[in-house]
Amino acid sequence: MFVVTAIAILITMALALVRAMFGPTVFDRVLALNMFGTKTVLLICVVCFLTGRTDFLDLALLYSLMNFIGMVALLRFSQFGHFREEAAGN
Amino acid sequence: MNVLEIVLEIISWVLLLGGSFFSIVGGIGIVRLPEFFSRLHGGGVTDTLGAGLIMAGLMVQAGLSLVTVKLLTILFFLVVTSPSSCHALAKAALFGGLKPELDKNPPSSRDKSSS
Amino acid sequence: MKYSPILGVLLLAAWLLWSGHFDKPFVMALGVLSCAFSLYVALRMEIVDEEGAPWQLGARPFTHYAPWLAREIVQSNIEVTRIIISPAMPLQRNMVTVTPHAETELGRVMLANSITLTPGTVSVRMEGDEILVHALSFEGAAEDISGEMDRRICQMEKQP
Repeated sequence: MFVVTAIAILITMALALVRAMFGPTVFDRVLALNMFGTKTVLLICVVCFLTGRTDFLDLALLYSLMNFIGMVALLRFSQFGHFREEAAGN
Repeated sequence: MNVLEIVLEIISWVLLLGGSFFSIVGGIGIVRLPEFFSRLHGGGVTDTLGAGLIMAGLMVQAGLSLVTVKLLTILFFLVVTSPSSCHALAKAALFGGLKPELDKNPPSSRDKSSS
Repeated sequence: MKYSPILGVLLLAAWLLWSGHFDKPFVMALGVLSCAFSLYVALRMEIVDEEGAPWQLGARPFTHYAPWLAREIVQSNIEVTRIIISPAMPLQRNMVTVTPHAETELGRVMLANSITLTPGTVSVRMEGDEILVHALSFEGAAEDISGEMDRRICQMEKQP
């Protein structure tokens, strides 16, 4: 039954990729990327149960945090065009 | 004991299938909805109910153990970070010059009437 | 500063949970060391305050607010799903301004996050006392939901 869930998550990832391919603006693509990241976390959790290796869950947590930080960094970059503002403030 | 196991199995089946359904619906939404600000809502469906139901199904499958606590922590992080990134995305799009298409009365008149 | 010991205890608990080492003293000492280093970095960044470790709320967000929010999320998820699946897609997109009544910034942020978390409404901009909300379908989307939310967050904030 985990296989069914894994396939459903893969279908969702494929749909997100379609949107990332056709997205007219940058933000559509970033949104699709964000969804892809969330689905990756879920897929890692399901695969962990599928193969019975519970250490995969640590990777899932790491991925969820990396996804968030990456998103915010990407948006800062697309908004200001550089990462320097914080460094200049300090 | 055996009956309990079967009941738990059925519950986790239902939760996993529900989560798969909602995650596919979110994927369809992100492809079908007409413009960026509507697509945000499609992403929201997969982030909340899709992720939540799949995680709940896995938790039922794992029973009371350290794995359940880890799954709960992952779900907590997903639920905390997903609205933040969603809001950051919407704000960046609004400041990036993307105008939301509206179907009803424009925002300026709404603002006056509500405030 | 009463928030730093709380953050330290939380970090230690997280480390113990994720490592699963309860019996090796050397590894546990390394864990305590890494928690202390994280606490030092957090203190240096000056982010340890009532927002970084919201102890004053206690467990009320989890016991009083989260179950209600989960029910709300399920309901609006079903609404959005119905909109997405229906062939005609009856969209009624709108922008609404919501005024939060919470006193602290944490309460306002919680309201904005809750609005974003329920599908069908996304908080787009937050300036001062106003939150601009984009709603997918206007009927019952923004105002009555966020009114109830606002009341519950105020209540949660005020209780000692």
